[in-house]
Amino acid sequence: MSTSFPLFPPNASSVATEVDLLYLFITAISAFFVVVVAALVVIFAVKFRRRHPAEVGADIHGSLALELTWTFIPFVLAMIMFFWGADLFYRLARPPADSMEVFVVGKQWMWKVQHPEGVREINELHVPVGRNVRLTLGSEDVLHDYSIPAFRVKMDVVPGKLTTMWFKATVPGTYHLFCAEYCGTKHSGMIGQIYAMEPQAYEAWLAGGSGGPAVPPAQAGEKLFTGPNYACSTCHKADGKGPAPRLAGVYGSQVELADGRKVLADDNYVRESIMVPSAKVVKGFQPIMPPFQGVIAEEQVIQLIAYIKSLKADGPAQ
Amino acid sequence: MSDAVERRNSYLDAPYGVAAWLLTKDHKRIAILYLISITIFFAVGGMFAAGIRLELLTPKGDLWTPDLYNKLFTLHGVVMIFFFLIPSIPATMGNFLIPIMCGAKDLAFPRINLLSWYIYVVGAIVTLAAVFSGGLDTGWTFYTPYSSVSSQSAVTTAAIGVFITGFSSILTGLNFIVTVHRMRAPGLTWFRLPLFVWAQYATSLVMILGTPVIAITVLLVVAERSLHLGFFDPARGGDPVLFQHLFWFYSHPAVYIMILPGMGVMSELVSAVSRKQVFGYSFVAFSSLAIAILGFLVWGHHLFVSSQSIYAGLVFSIITMLVAVPSAVKTFNWAATMYKGSVTWESPTWWVVGFMGLFTIGGLTGLFLAAMGMDIHLTDTYFVVAHFHYIMVGGAIMAYMGGLHFWWPKMIGKLYNDNAAKASAVLVFVGFNLTFFPQFILGYMGMPRRYHAYPDEFQVLNVLSSAGSSILALGYVLPAFYLTYSIFKGQRAPANPWGAAGLEWTIPSPPPTFNFDEEVVVTEPAYNYKPATEVHVG
Repeated sequence: MSTSFPLFPPNASSVATEVDLLYLFITAISAFFVVVVAALVVIFAVKFRRRHPAEVGADIHGSLALELTWTFIPFVLAMIMFFWGADLFYRLARPPADSMEVFVVGKQWMWKVQHPEGVREINELHVPVGRNVRLTLGSEDVLHDYSIPAFRVKMDVVPGKLTTMWFKATVPGTYHLFCAEYCGTKHSGMIGQIYAMEPQAYEAWLAGGSGGPAVPPAQAGEKLFTGPNYACSTCHKADGKGPAPRLAGVYGSQVELADGRKVLADDNYVRESIMVPSAKVVKGFQPIMPPFQGVIAEEQVIQLIAYIKSLKADGPAQ
Repeated sequence: MSDAVERRNSYLDAPYGVAAWLLTKDHKRIAILYLISITIFFAVGGMFAAGIRLELLTPKGDLWTPDLYNKLFTLHGVVMIFFFLIPSIPATMGNFLIPIMCGAKDLAFPRINLLSWYIYVVGAIVTLAAVFSGGLDTGWTFYTPYSSVSSQSAVTTAAIGVFITGFSSILTGLNFIVTVHRMRAPGLTWFRLPLFVWAQYATSLVMILGTPVIAITVLLVVAERSLHLGFFDPARGGDPVLFQHLFWFYSHPAVYIMILPGMGVMSELVSAVSRKQVFGYSFVAFSSLAIAILGFLVWGHHLFVSSQSIYAGLVFSIITMLVAVPSAVKTFNWAATMYKGSVTWESPTWWVVGFMGLFTIGGLTGLFLAAMGMDIHLTDTYFVVAHFHYIMVGGAIMAYMGGLHFWWPKMIGKLYNDNAAKASAVLVFVGFNLTFFPQFILGYMGMPRRYHAYPDEFQVLNVLSSAGSSILALGYVLPAFYLTYSIFKGQRAPANPWGAAGLEWTIPSPPPTFNFDEEVVVTEPAYNYKPATEVHVG
């Protein structure tokens, strides 16, 4: 058993220092108030200790000036912490547009990963340093949470929807990956390693092909789309002449629904339209598509979304 | 009044017998029934905690199986929260003292008061049935869809147990609110009420408004589990995040159900041990209401990384920050109360000082979790575990122990060994800090909650924590001995052993069955430690 312990996890992402600074700021404020309260209580208890049994305290009822002081100062400090924390959160919650996208699916009790080039890994994640990486997270069963303490990031993985998180690794190394949302028997075994690598090393690792022939998710999605199992392309025709909408250019656009609403076609819209198509019917179409909830695996949904995302409005449709 | 007469009049004496106690409508006897019941559950919950700390001595999950470990932390949470902390101060000291502090003979609805104890017992038995029929492994949070679909444990039975127990809370809250409104003695205006009563009143509001929501929520889990209706399971069209909203809509206010009564106890104790009016009475009183109201608007701070909307998160974050303000106001007012007081060094003061230190740390560490960018890193780690134990154990249980020691001579009519009590307070304070402070560091290092096994580099801090917990346990076991001893061998307590102000100290210890021999008329403010000529309000 080691006899030393560090106070901080490794600092290995673009936000780690910022998070540590906020932590130190709140720690300093907290330490100050703990010392003040402890000092007041102990000093008063000693200085004003009861000298004879019948003694009573001074006849003091309060002080408006003091009440306002210890209302106002904590309020101001709390607001500083709010804005600092909110600013950090706002940036952490919105992946930069130039991020490379990696797909992660959690299931009891493992993490399955697929890189944009198609390389797969389990309970590990290799990423290049210096590049924004966006994870799109799905769950096949219960809640999980993808947590990388060295990067100071964490996100719940929620069944029934896709969530995202992002980071930019800065220091090459091997770091802990934890499932941070309780998920049953082997929750504490749902762990792994994050390998942050120099870009060349990452490229070499990608090319190394440890997991068989790499098919990029969008290509795998195309196979599913046109293949016989789901046969999406029989209705979603490339020329738009089928009974279902043409999908080129849909991703990222505003879609007008039969009930007059307009919604943004993002990951979760596409996911829902596959799983429960009747939830949001596109204007001018009949709700004839069968639901794929329970039929199609989360990983395949992610591949289909990657494929639909790759269909540009003016490009060749399929 | 001779000793013999006093004894015959005491609520503890006639009528004797098991039936007389189990059918009593006396708020004081019901308080004792609750005291015995929750003490049993405190011990049970403590044993589950011991199981957790033993497993975590080593990084490998080598003592218990993963399933057993998961059941240990789940049952530790369920038992401590629903069967110890929530009823703790309200059902014992609240029951005993609110009528007396209001100058009344009993609560407004004595039969309903007894009913609420029976409901608590039935709920507890049903939950224990779950423990013995497969246990419960969902975490006390019952998060879906694990609880409603995957878990193989006795979720339905446990959920029904929690559902039943909720009614006990609701009835107690109802009883207190009506009593405070309708049963105050002539002259006892709202601003002459002891602050303990204000805090219990605020707590009761939360109990009445919040508990129905958790009751409905656990019923929905049961319905999804056994009838396969889709509420939270996405495979049936449900939304798992909806469960988290419903759950925390109650369970965050429930934190205030646990800590507000402790704050009320603190106001009484700080004033009594200093023999001085509470500094800023009306600020302390209204801060209880502010906490109760704001407490209903912050539940979403448990959901910052749950995929809740960013903008909802921002609102929850800022309101959570606001809760810090009334909490700070209370803390500074308590400290200021001691200024120029006549501060005793008897045992209640030791619990007061311990509470002030631990509650302050607990409150301030809440700020880390309310700051959203910080919470991403800390949520679901041991930092959260440390934070809420500082509030619930360092705050609520410290206040509970302080209150128990302060009012024990009144409730039982006997004096305990004051030095033993001081030793207990010191052991609890030291043991508590050793147990839980390392967990803040573990959390920042990234160690997740509810882990049966963990990486090697977390071991030192976990060993410290487990070692501390053995000291903490000693601190809690010790009072069981000297308090029990005092019942049989303790010196008889005078009516007012502390020289404290308050209606409860004007009547004999233990009080007669109907509390007051004559109708009470109040002519002075609370905590009137001076010649009673001047009347000051606020």
